[in-house]
Amino acid sequence: MIKHKYMILRRLTQIGVMLLYVGANFWGWKVLEGNLSASKLFEKIPLADPYAVLQMTVAGATLASDVIIGAVIITVLYALIGGRAFCSWVCPINMVTDAANWLRRKLRMNQVAKKPPVYRNARYWVLGLSLILSYLLGVAAFEFVSPISMLHRGIVFGLGFGWAAALSVFLFDLFILKNGWCGYVCPLGGFYSTIGRFSLIRVTHDAEKCTECMHCKEVCPEHQVLFMIGKESIPVLSGECTNCARCIEVCNDDALNFHIRSFAQQVKKEK
Amino acid sequence: MALTRREFLKSSAAASAAAAIGMQVPSELEAAAGNAEAGWRWDKAACRFCGTGCGIMLATTGEGKDRKIVAVKGDPAAPVNRGLNCIKGYFNAKIMYGADRLTTPLLRVNEKGEFDKHGKFAPVSWKRAFDEMEKHIRKALKASGPEGVAVFASGQYTIMEGYAAQKMMKGGFRSNAIDPNARHCMASAVVGFYQTFGIDEPSGCYDDIELTDTIVTWGSNMAEMHPILWSRVTDRKLSDPDNVKVVNIQTYTHRTCDLGDFNIIFKPQTDLLLWNYLAREIVYNHPEAIDWDFIKKNIIFTAGPVNIGYGMRRKGEKSLTPERPDGSAGKYSAKEMQTIRQEMVHKVSEDEAPALAPYGYKAGDEMHHTPGTLKHWEISFEEYKKSLAPYTLDYVARVAKGDPDESIESFKKKLQDLAALYIEKDRKVVSFWTMGMNQHTRGTWDNTLSYNVHFLLNKQAKPGSGAFSLTGQPSACGTAREVGTFCHRLPADMMVKNPKHRKIVEKKWQIPEGTLNPVGNQHIMKIHRDIEDGVVKFAWVNVCNAYQDSASAKHWIKAARTMDNFIVTSDGYPGISAKVSDLILPSAMIYEKWGAYGNAERRTQHWRQQVLPVGDAMSDTWQWVELSKRFTVDDLWGGYTLRNGKKLPDVRKKAYAMGYKPDTTMFEILFANDRAKSYKIDLNSFPQKGYDNTECLGDERNVVGSDGKVFKGYGFMIHQYLFEEYAWFGRGHGHDLADFVTYHKVRGLKWPVVNGKETAWRFNVKYDPYAAKHAKENGRGSEFAFYGPLAKALPKGTLTGITDKKKTPLPDKAKIFARPYMQPPEIPDAEYDTWLCTGRVLEHWHSGTMTMRVPELYRAVPEALCYMHPKTAEEKGLKQGDLCWIESRRGRVKARVETRGRNRPPRTLVFVPWFDERVFINKVTLDATCPMSKQTDYKKCAVKIYKA
Amino acid sequence: MKNDAGNDRRKFLLTMARDVGLLAFGGFIWSAYVDEAVANKLALRPPGALKGKDFLKTCIKCGMCVEACPYDTLKLASPGENIPIGTPYFEPRDVPCYMCTDIPCVPACPTGALDVESVSTDGKLDINKADMGVAIVDEKNCIAFWGIQCDACYRACPVMDKALYLEYDKNDRTGKHAYLKPIVDPDYCTGCGMCEHACVTKKPAIIVRPRELVMGEVGTHYVKGWDKKDEKRLENAHEIHTVTPRSEKKAVDTLNDMGGLLDD
Repeated sequence: MIKHKYMILRRLTQIGVMLLYVGANFWGWKVLEGNLSASKLFEKIPLADPYAVLQMTVAGATLASDVIIGAVIITVLYALIGGRAFCSWVCPINMVTDAANWLRRKLRMNQVAKKPPVYRNARYWVLGLSLILSYLLGVAAFEFVSPISMLHRGIVFGLGFGWAAALSVFLFDLFILKNGWCGYVCPLGGFYSTIGRFSLIRVTHDAEKCTECMHCKEVCPEHQVLFMIGKESIPVLSGECTNCARCIEVCNDDALNFHIRSFAQQVKKEK
Repeated sequence: MALTRREFLKSSAAASAAAAIGMQVPSELEAAAGNAEAGWRWDKAACRFCGTGCGIMLATTGEGKDRKIVAVKGDPAAPVNRGLNCIKGYFNAKIMYGADRLTTPLLRVNEKGEFDKHGKFAPVSWKRAFDEMEKHIRKALKASGPEGVAVFASGQYTIMEGYAAQKMMKGGFRSNAIDPNARHCMASAVVGFYQTFGIDEPSGCYDDIELTDTIVTWGSNMAEMHPILWSRVTDRKLSDPDNVKVVNIQTYTHRTCDLGDFNIIFKPQTDLLLWNYLAREIVYNHPEAIDWDFIKKNIIFTAGPVNIGYGMRRKGEKSLTPERPDGSAGKYSAKEMQTIRQEMVHKVSEDEAPALAPYGYKAGDEMHHTPGTLKHWEISFEEYKKSLAPYTLDYVARVAKGDPDESIESFKKKLQDLAALYIEKDRKVVSFWTMGMNQHTRGTWDNTLSYNVHFLLNKQAKPGSGAFSLTGQPSACGTAREVGTFCHRLPADMMVKNPKHRKIVEKKWQIPEGTLNPVGNQHIMKIHRDIEDGVVKFAWVNVCNAYQDSASAKHWIKAARTMDNFIVTSDGYPGISAKVSDLILPSAMIYEKWGAYGNAERRTQHWRQQVLPVGDAMSDTWQWVELSKRFTVDDLWGGYTLRNGKKLPDVRKKAYAMGYKPDTTMFEILFANDRAKSYKIDLNSFPQKGYDNTECLGDERNVVGSDGKVFKGYGFMIHQYLFEEYAWFGRGHGHDLADFVTYHKVRGLKWPVVNGKETAWRFNVKYDPYAAKHAKENGRGSEFAFYGPLAKALPKGTLTGITDKKKTPLPDKAKIFARPYMQPPEIPDAEYDTWLCTGRVLEHWHSGTMTMRVPELYRAVPEALCYMHPKTAEEKGLKQGDLCWIESRRGRVKARVETRGRNRPPRTLVFVPWFDERVFINKVTLDATCPMSKQTDYKKCAVKIYKA
Repeated sequence: MKNDAGNDRRKFLLTMARDVGLLAFGGFIWSAYVDEAVANKLALRPPGALKGKDFLKTCIKCGMCVEACPYDTLKLASPGENIPIGTPYFEPRDVPCYMCTDIPCVPACPTGALDVESVSTDGKLDINKADMGVAIVDEKNCIAFWGIQCDACYRACPVMDKALYLEYDKNDRTGKHAYLKPIVDPDYCTGCGMCEHACVTKKPAIIVRPRELVMGEVGTHYVKGWDKKDEKRLENAHEIHTVTPRSEKKAVDTLNDMGGLLDD
């Protein structure tokens, strides 16, 4: 097995999706038009960012059916294949935060890091706040500050000062807080965590094979989801897992793998 | 002049004020005034663009070669524009400083640096450029004689440039193959003037606008093409909105129609019907409106042949042979030949038949055409009346109605209203026209028909009344026509085929008798065709864009690029002609040289050199004079046999007898002779003081000239010499110009300038001293004398031919012509179902070489659009903004569809302007011409439109 | 134990308070920023765009209108352009709206922020109904008002003679020429900006701005007596109550206050 199979696949997906968007804008390709906020697949199928649509609805917008259908399609899609798969497989910020994380490891920043001052739950607070603000301000509040949108829109339509947003996230993750943006702040991640709670594709841990080297926990951007490592043979069920498969790649013991979730099994185990 | 003044006052207070200040504002002081701005020098000049002839002032700053034009203003003292300008004139200061100005000669060379027809352009010295020109001219003279050397000349030449080119071509090379782009623009008007008045150029002047009650435009979009005059028309309408009427007679609705009390949209070519309808209304239904006293004293009736073809190529010409079974012939495709065959024979159509009945034709008859001829003969009024019989309201309305969406009743009503306006007693009427009536396969006829109506009503050559041809180019009148840079002309209305005229010119030029070539038939389309036939081997493009502006362009470009010939283009910027050439010469642009233009109202305007040319650019005058140094008496003045078998005599012996030597150069004979040297450089007095003079003094750029040495100037005032020598021909012949220095003091003068006074209305005894003199001499007691000298003795006959060959002299008389309606050679059919009309837009000048380099103008109108009716677009599956193909039998171009722009054609027609070389519409147009004037009809051919 | 429990509760409450405080702090900064970001009302929107806040509310910033535009007129605002970021807009001096008859940008919108209805007549797209803004002429710097025969804007106008027409006027200085002045009729002007693009002055003397910025509004208490259509404005008429500093007090109080009436 190629060592970084999933990493390569992820990068290909991330870049491929962006390329299709860029192609649509610059060369008139008709595969995927628009951007991650809303798009059209093959000129027919609408897709939309359900979180953005949610904010807009809260803000009081009367929306056309296209974008609502698009939001439903995306919600169902991620609900099925793993909620935060968006974060690691599509979101272009992931490349920025992965780069920050990589540099952190190289600079051994982790060794000087202190206990994080905020909870991972913060993103749910931000999520809630974004909806409250959307309601109060009458516009989709997060969409005006989202570095994710600035970046993906910037790549497709022209960056302007959008690079500053991406750089801020990079610096934040590098110097202030490990995995800070994606792991603590990003309400979009929080949103997908919420809808991804019941998704089908899951990383499963085999405690019997585990040698407790803990490489997986080192690379995992959401290491709290791997609480079972070396302890229990159960799937990672937290919605915060991004299905990035870094843990699978670094595991030399074949103790981690993707599986389709079996609800029956899970129910049994829970009993 | 007291009467005039009173009449002015009566007619319009405003006009009188204008006229009072308009006459001969004295002084250099005016021109030099306003030097207040630090280091700025203001001096007067003429606008570079159209034939209106607006006066401008240019501000320059800097010293020597750093002196640049920084600003322009309308000249408040200029009578034409009183300080105003149009949007092009507004940018005069910016036209010379485009990023891609040509600054050095460029020659197509191979890797070894040798000339190669298929090589790439590389910079060469002026010396090398003249070496190549000399070599190829010698080659051309050897191969084809004088007919092998040709010049595409210009109505945008300064007077001096045109005169220098004409002298070297006709006097030096003995070639009459010099013909201007003005052929495309004014030739029909010229032949109209010659035929009607016997002398060129309008009788009236722009003051007619302020004095008239009725302005009728015929095939003229004055609002865009003569904006300053149009603003005068608008002002006139505002001054007296109830009485003053404006009527526009056009093939499509355009901006000029905005002001119309009513507008007549007619089918292309049927203006012939409209004019004849007006004449018929007068003669048949309102005979009381005819001023018989005037007619008897001043007018005769005439007719000429009608089977004169359409000025296209004729059977047997080299490029039309061999004829092939598939219908193609020589270099022309079967499709092209469908139209060209009309030139030899055409079937009289149902629409034409009534008009041609008095001439003995009926529908279905084959009319066999002979080449166009100017021949005409006197007929009786009864015969003329007979010729008008067919033009009933029903017939004319049926054939002429141009908008299928207009009802026939509405159209008829307009025709009647129009006739009523012309006929109304005491109503003054001016008929203006531009390209619509000139670019016309019966352009000459159309022009003469306009005078018919005005003559019958005695509404010509009077303040506020007259048919008035507006010129397109800034010096189509001043240079092309008055200097005579046409293949058939000499200065001041003299003709190459007239031995007396040749003799006058030879004597003045001090060249041997018999030097001038009597055969002048290489008009501009003929030059193109002669290149394609392999006769012309050397052609020089001067101040025009002959390869963009000529119809059926693909043929001429192909001939230039693929045949054994040498094409030179002198230009300021790289246009299509430069691209097609073998050698490109960088020309000084307008304000980089001393010059003079003559506008449409006979106003001659001079300016001084304001700045040094950019790079190594030199004026066209200099280029011609330098070329003349390369050829001697023995080189050029031996004997030749022309194509038609005529012999040009060997005049070398006569030359020797005149004191010339075998190796005396044309430079010494034509340009640097004793008369020339008598015009001294005088830098201490007006007008030379303080101004650059590159040709006479050289300049601090130290341009290395044609001999490889720094050019230090000719040492005499060549501009003055050329102007004065040229002006000599007209003085005393109704064509009098003032002297060189005077023109630098005034804002132009309308010739004839007699005793220091300009002439506002020619042929009118009250205003024109020549008319007064002739009237006195002929003793008819007329208020007019149409004293033009050409064709003033005619045989007699009927509509169908001459019956009495004896010529009767007709001194001081003008002519009314019987001329029928005939269709153009190509009309829309099932396949090519739409009329194509081409023209200009206000923002761009001609082929756009200058204006497309002014950023503001480029942004305002970056591309030529295909204007069409929304329903046409819908029928063809096109929508606003789509790209469509416009395809004729000759070629196709792509343009964007515009259904709601400034031009609103009827469903049957599309309009595409020609300024944009990327929308090369002259690949599509047809090179049919008026067979008499040889002016191309750019206003109609048949095309199909489809989605690109 | 009891104390511990009390401490725990206390700690919990304090943490809670801190979190809420932090959240409120963040919320204020965030909303201040968003408020500022949406404050710019100068941007010209694509045809059919909902008005003002409704547009910002409804636009998802996907850029599909931008991609549909055949002339590269539309752009998405990026940070630093001082336009609500991610929203589509155009700058007519660079590229105006060419007023395509099939208005491709509008149907491309997935959210309805570009409203097909607002640019349709009888169920058919009608670009002449677009209201992107209104052109205004700077008569001081418009060279047509100097008497120059320019009118480049007029000839560029796709709704020529309605949205932009020429007013003829005599030029008394020259005594024989006329002014041909371009005049905008806001009832027809769509704000496409073809005029601003074509204008030949250094900085355009005719510019397009959003309608609400440019237009005044007449109260419903007065209707043109000579224009039946003007009565339409009465649809929004309301009861009239007026207060001025002179009429603030109750009548009776005013009457009882003799003020300085009896002073010398």
